[in-house]
Amino acid sequence: MISIFQNYGGTLLYGLGQTLLCSLIALVLSLIIGTFFALLEESPSKIARGIARVYIEIFRNIPLLVITMFFFVVFPLYVVKMNGFTAGTIGLTLYTSSFIAETVRAGIKSVDPGQMEGARANGLSFWQSMRYIVLPQAFRYVIPPLGNQFVNLVKNSSTLAFVGGFDLMYQGNVIASSSLQTIAAYSAIGVLYLIITLPISYYMRYLEKRLA
Amino acid sequence: MLQNFINAYSPDNLRYLFGGLGITLLVSVISIIGSFIIGAILGIIRYVKIKYVSAIVGVVIDVIRNLPLILILFFTYFGLPNLGVKPEIIPAAILAMTIFESTMLAEIVRSGIQAVDSGQMEGARANGLTYWQGLWYIVLPQALVKMIPAIVSQFISLVKDTSLATIILLPEMLFRSQIIYGQNTNYIIPMFVAIAAMYFVVCYLLSLLARHLEKRQA
Repeated sequence: MISIFQNYGGTLLYGLGQTLLCSLIALVLSLIIGTFFALLEESPSKIARGIARVYIEIFRNIPLLVITMFFFVVFPLYVVKMNGFTAGTIGLTLYTSSFIAETVRAGIKSVDPGQMEGARANGLSFWQSMRYIVLPQAFRYVIPPLGNQFVNLVKNSSTLAFVGGFDLMYQGNVIASSSLQTIAAYSAIGVLYLIITLPISYYMRYLEKRLA
Repeated sequence: MLQNFINAYSPDNLRYLFGGLGITLLVSVISIIGSFIIGAILGIIRYVKIKYVSAIVGVVIDVIRNLPLILILFFTYFGLPNLGVKPEIIPAAILAMTIFESTMLAEIVRSGIQAVDSGQMEGARANGLTYWQGLWYIVLPQALVKMIPAIVSQFISLVKDTSLATIILLPEMLFRSQIIYGQNTNYIIPMFVAIAAMYFVVCYLLSLLARHLEKRQA
C-alpha cells in the first residue's frame, strides 16, 4: 500500500481534490435547494407544500446512480453536453437536497411554535419570522445531521467513477488495473476516504452528545 | 416520441426489466436478513461493553460505515480473487451489501437497545433473571419493536444501493435498462422513465410503511 502512495501520489491527490471539490459544490448547492424546499413545505400555501412534497419524494426514492446516469446519458442527447464531473455533481446535489430538506424541516419543527407566534404577533411577516427568528434557532439542531449528510455526500461522490468524473474512486480503479495490486490500491483510496469522513463523523457524534 | 415508448415497452423488454427488479429485490432481501443477524450480534457486543472486544468492534463498524459502498463492492469482487476466493457476481453483491449494511444495522440495534427504559433491566434482574436472560427475554423484544421503522428505512437505501452493483455487472434493473437502450438510442428516455418509476414505486411504498410504523409507535 505504501508503494501505491509513492508511485501514484499525484494521481491519488488529484482524485482526492476532485472528490472534495464535487462534495463541497454539492454540499453548498444542496443546502440552498434543500432549505428552500424545507421552507416551501412549512409555508402556508397548499400548492407550495405540494410542490415541495413531490420534489422531495422523487429525489429521495430514486437511486442516486439513476439520477446521475440520467444527466450523463440523456442530457447530452437532447439538452446540453456535460462532462462526467458536472453530471455527477448535479445528480449528487439533487439527491442530497431532498435529504437536507427533510433534515432542515425536522429542525424547523423542533423550534418551539411559540417563537413563530411571537414573531407574527410582533408584526413580522411569515417569511420574516422564518428568516430572522425560526431558521437561526433551527440550524443549531440541524448541524449534526447536516454533518452526517456531508459524510454521505463524500461517500456518494464515488458514483462519479461511473461517469468518468476522475474522482478518488475512479483513480483507484485506474491504479488497481495498471499496478495489478488490487487490494493495495483499494486500501489506499479507502484510507484517503476515511481521512475525510471519520473525523467529521466523530466530531458530529460529539456535537450530538453535547446538544442532547 | 410516443411510438418510442410503445416500442421500448415491448413485452420482452418489460419482462427483462422486471426480471432485473426481481434480482434487485432478491439481493436486497437476502442482504437485509444477513445484515440484521450480523448487525444484531455486533450491536449487542457494542451495547454490553465487553472489555477490548466492544471497542475493537466499534472501530471496525466506524471504518466500514465511513467507506463508500462502491469501494466495498470492488473489494469483494476484484480484491477477493487476489486472496484466492473468486465469488460469483450475485454472491459478491450480497456479500458487499451485507458487510456494509450490517454496520448500519449494528448502530440501529444499539440505539434501539439504549432506547429501552433501564428500569426494564433492573426489574428483570430484581426478579432473579441473569443479565443475559434479562437482555434476551425482556430488553431485546422491546428494542426490536423500536428498531423496526429504522430497519425499514435502511432497507429502502439498500434497495437503492443495489443499483451501484451494476459496476460489478449485477444484472439488476439499471444494468438491464442500459442493455436495452444500448441496442436502440430511441429507447433511452423510455428506459430511464421505466426504471425511475419502478424504483420510486418500491421505495415510496416502503417509506409509507416506515412512516406508518413510526406513527403507530409514537
